[in-house]
Amino acid sequence: MVFGTGGGAVAALGDVTLDVARGEFAALIGPSGCGKSTLLRLIADVLKPTGGTIEVRGGPPMRARLAREFGFVFQHAGLLPWRDALANVSLPLEVGAWGRRHVPPHRPEELLELVGLKGFTHAFPRQLSGGMQQRVSIARALVTGPPILLMDEPFGALDEITRDHLNQELLRIWAATGTTIIFVTHSIPEAVYLSNRVFVFAPRPGRVTAEVRIDLPSPRDPAVKDTPEFGRYTAALRRALAASE
Amino acid sequence: MIATAPAKSVATGGAVPAPPTRRTAGAILLRRLLLPLLVIALLIVAWDVAIRLLGIPAYVIPAPAAVGQALVKERARLLENAIPTILESLGGFALGNLVAIAGAIAFVHNKTLERALYPVAVAVRTLPIVAIAPVFVLMLGNGYAPKIAIAALITFFPTLVNMVEGLESADPQAMELMHVLSASKTEAFRYVRWPSSLPYLFSAMRIASTSSVLGALVAEWIGTNKGLGYLIVLTTYDFRTALLYAAMVVTSAIALAFFFLVSVLEWLLVRWER
Repeated sequence: MVFGTGGGAVAALGDVTLDVARGEFAALIGPSGCGKSTLLRLIADVLKPTGGTIEVRGGPPMRARLAREFGFVFQHAGLLPWRDALANVSLPLEVGAWGRRHVPPHRPEELLELVGLKGFTHAFPRQLSGGMQQRVSIARALVTGPPILLMDEPFGALDEITRDHLNQELLRIWAATGTTIIFVTHSIPEAVYLSNRVFVFAPRPGRVTAEVRIDLPSPRDPAVKDTPEFGRYTAALRRALAASE
Repeated sequence: MIATAPAKSVATGGAVPAPPTRRTAGAILLRRLLLPLLVIALLIVAWDVAIRLLGIPAYVIPAPAAVGQALVKERARLLENAIPTILESLGGFALGNLVAIAGAIAFVHNKTLERALYPVAVAVRTLPIVAIAPVFVLMLGNGYAPKIAIAALITFFPTLVNMVEGLESADPQAMELMHVLSASKTEAFRYVRWPSSLPYLFSAMRIASTSSVLGALVAEWIGTNKGLGYLIVLTTYDFRTALLYAAMVVTSAIALAFFFLVSVLEWLLVRWER
């Protein structure tokens, strides 16, 4: 993936080969500017690759986008301030051609309940805390029942307490929905705690330098963070990140 | 109102955060209305005292009481002249804002058009309105048309600038979301760009609400025999200063009423900003 042309061109992503299996929770980790968010946007068909191929469920990303095969969660919730929580969640059902051709698999109210915001259906974004806004945004991404969830540092702007709590919630939602999750982060413990596999990225040009399988028991419990295995995984990732600099 | 309830309380079925304690309606009324009225009253008293102490003749500055008398005695004449001014201001306000909004929408969707026309709009803006007024009268005659055109011209620019900024203020993540949702350009506009621009549009319209009256007034200085602008020029030449001041008071009241109307509309339509 190259941004710009000629002398000013920047290779944001070099050769990246990465397979994510159905139902998997894959984390992409790396320093800022390593292209992990770019990769997520290539998968989401927000950006077009300058070379190479990307397949989402056996087809080009554009087909997956039109078929609503993935939901996207942004770093800042990206809610529309003039819509209340419920209206924000139902936005994907109103916009685009998909909603006219499909019966929505979930009611927006159910999704708000799933993310633990049952009593906040008519609260406006500015009345919600950062963590609650991100919950709304997760509900919005899931309302069309996508088999894949793409998350771009969704908890990066939150304080640690809220972040730990939302990690727990995300694992619960993952178990409840069975979606494949590709999760961009720059927190090592978060990557280890949440995922089955971690892809370590290095910058200039962005590439995958290591792949670490996390074989911690599922469903995971916060207590797992105190185990020696957890410590070994975080240490291994730290070494992999240091080596990739 | 910003809730700071931690996310934790949510999972345990936490209550909706309580609204902050409201100030009583009386206190709001006192601060918002009574205070400025008091200042105005004090200014009128100071005005009265000053002309008495300094012995200023009535044809230079009339006493407040004389202006009050003129307002009552000449109310039919003031009203008769206020109506054309109100119509011209409203017409100019509507026309200027509509053209500006349409222009801003075109600019946001076509950068070439913006680069070509935006400097022209700025150049037109720098022409003094007092100089354009006779030109418009020459072109458009003595009726409502040149007045509406001038009021429109004066309101056009602030709305254009603010509206372009407002439409471009849309949250990039929200725009990216619209792409992920495969929204059409029209949908992206309707769901994200347009609502994002409303606070900007209203701050422009608050400026335009008063300047449209100014535009209509200046246009009435030449080639007409009705309107508050005409009345102001006429009374100035005739040294009927009390009526001149009364006409100014009425003009100011009209502009204030427009401003108030726009503010009410904003309050009704841009609820999420509160």
